[in-house]
Amino acid sequence: MTDKRKSEKKSIKSLLLYNKNFAPYMFVAPFILSFLIFFLYPFIEIVWMSFMKMEGFKNAKFVGFDNYSRLFNYHFGNALLTNTIFTVCTVVISMTIPTLLAVAVNSKLLKFRNGFRASIFIPSLVSALIAGIAFRLMFSDMDSGLFNQILHLFGGESIAWNMGYWSGTLMMVTLTVWKSIGINMVYCLSALQTISKDVYESADIDGASGFHKFWKITLPLLKPTLIYIFTLTIIAGYRMFTESYVYWVDTTPGDIGLTIVRYLYQMSFQRNDMGFGAAIGIVLLGIIMIINLIQLRGFGMFSKEKS
Amino acid sequence: MKKKITVSSVGLTIGMILIAACALFPVYFLLVASLQPTQYMFSRGLSLVLGDTATLANYLTLFDYRDGLYFTWYSNSILITVLQTVFSLFFSSMVGYALGVYRFRGRGLVFTLMLLVMMIPVEIIMLPLYKLSIAMKTINTIAGVILPFILSPICIFFFQQFVSGIGDSFMEAGRIDGCTEFGIYFRIMVPLMKPAFGAMTILIAMQSWNGFLWPLIVLRTNTNLTLPIGLASLISADAQKMEVLLPGAVLSILPIVIVFLFNQSKFIDGLTSGGVKA
Repeated sequence: MTDKRKSEKKSIKSLLLYNKNFAPYMFVAPFILSFLIFFLYPFIEIVWMSFMKMEGFKNAKFVGFDNYSRLFNYHFGNALLTNTIFTVCTVVISMTIPTLLAVAVNSKLLKFRNGFRASIFIPSLVSALIAGIAFRLMFSDMDSGLFNQILHLFGGESIAWNMGYWSGTLMMVTLTVWKSIGINMVYCLSALQTISKDVYESADIDGASGFHKFWKITLPLLKPTLIYIFTLTIIAGYRMFTESYVYWVDTTPGDIGLTIVRYLYQMSFQRNDMGFGAAIGIVLLGIIMIINLIQLRGFGMFSKEKS
Repeated sequence: MKKKITVSSVGLTIGMILIAACALFPVYFLLVASLQPTQYMFSRGLSLVLGDTATLANYLTLFDYRDGLYFTWYSNSILITVLQTVFSLFFSSMVGYALGVYRFRGRGLVFTLMLLVMMIPVEIIMLPLYKLSIAMKTINTIAGVILPFILSPICIFFFQQFVSGIGDSFMEAGRIDGCTEFGIYFRIMVPLMKPAFGAMTILIAMQSWNGFLWPLIVLRTNTNLTLPIGLASLISADAQKMEVLLPGAVLSILPIVIVFLFNQSKFIDGLTSGGVKA
């Protein structure tokens, strides 16, 4: 009897510890658990919530597509527009400058290359909130503010930067670009370093100019990396929150600096209108999924890792 | 020909010095601002060089601020970063390892789910996560900040890619020696995965240290805040708060910059390996 129990115990133990068919399930169990609790369940709930009228999380009442039709308002339109302008600007700037910088810090003509790489990378280490504290001061509306001083140099007058739509958007773009140039440069740089020197040497023999080499050799070989940065930047652009929060902490006057996630935050956590907040979240999901689909369809999954 | 090269080399170097200066300027600006009496900043404007007005007074104000509240934030941030990094690496590496070395039924499904989590930003499911945290009574706690993100899909993906390159022979050798499957993982594979752990430590620790939106929602009372949330609560045009805010901001980035300067290549590998939002 005891022998039988012993062997049973042993077989359970060997099943748990020695069985290589069973082991992988033990290893992935934490992921499955966390996926069900912290992803799938919230995901189903957000869809459900978006059809409800709620006060906080209480008194849920089914209202059909009411929350969605409420999205056709001036503020949400503004948020979408601001996000789109912001994203287009950051994509253009955070792709061109880092590419050029990567070529520069990879060039043999440059001395102290590692020093330059490190200096340009440092901004990517700083959180948007902390960097924003410095940028707030530089964009101060007072005559003593740095950017106003620069305007004075060119004979301009002081601007209340954070009170204008375009200047406000410029503030957010500047902060994001400053933070992302370093890391994007490094992405490009690591791709550049895989290009063999022979390609350039044979181009030299053919008498190609520096510009020609960049256009015909460097850029095509950087393409997978650039596509990767492109997708990352667009998604980050539509998710943007901190850059807006740090400049306009309590409210967004005249919708300046109002973004999708900011609007979601305001409606749900400041106004307690959770159902409407959920609908905003679903729209954001739609935007992100379209970008992801374009990335998957057009360029193959995770082109960077494959290359 | 040779002369032309030196001219363009000097030109390039000068251009890059200007760009590097622009990149470092905001950090320098913050440092200089924190070392000056804040009332000058409003009356005379901020001078960009440290003159004889330089003082550590703001730092002393910071240390005294509400009985050292800043240090409470600092230790909260350190605690959250350490716990999140340790748990995230522990669990994510196991999942990534299993996906990389075992062929089991459902592997494809798990892999697809991981990609799905990777693609969908947290902001979308933030509201239900908040509701869940209330139900689990983890609001305003460290667990509330960490628990929903205890597994990092980027991290899983990275470990999966990393172990795919390590041969089965190590595992077979372990089995012959009578190791359990977990023994193989902890005794044989973990040491082999050291470089991956290094890169992921930096990635997760940075994300955790700089995390903003979720901690902003979960953390409530002043003594439970992390550094970014605490500092955000001080943002205003008020000179008195500025005295605390500026040195507080400087001290919050100083450790990262110092660690970075000593481990540059590791940092760069770590932060670029996961496609982190810069």
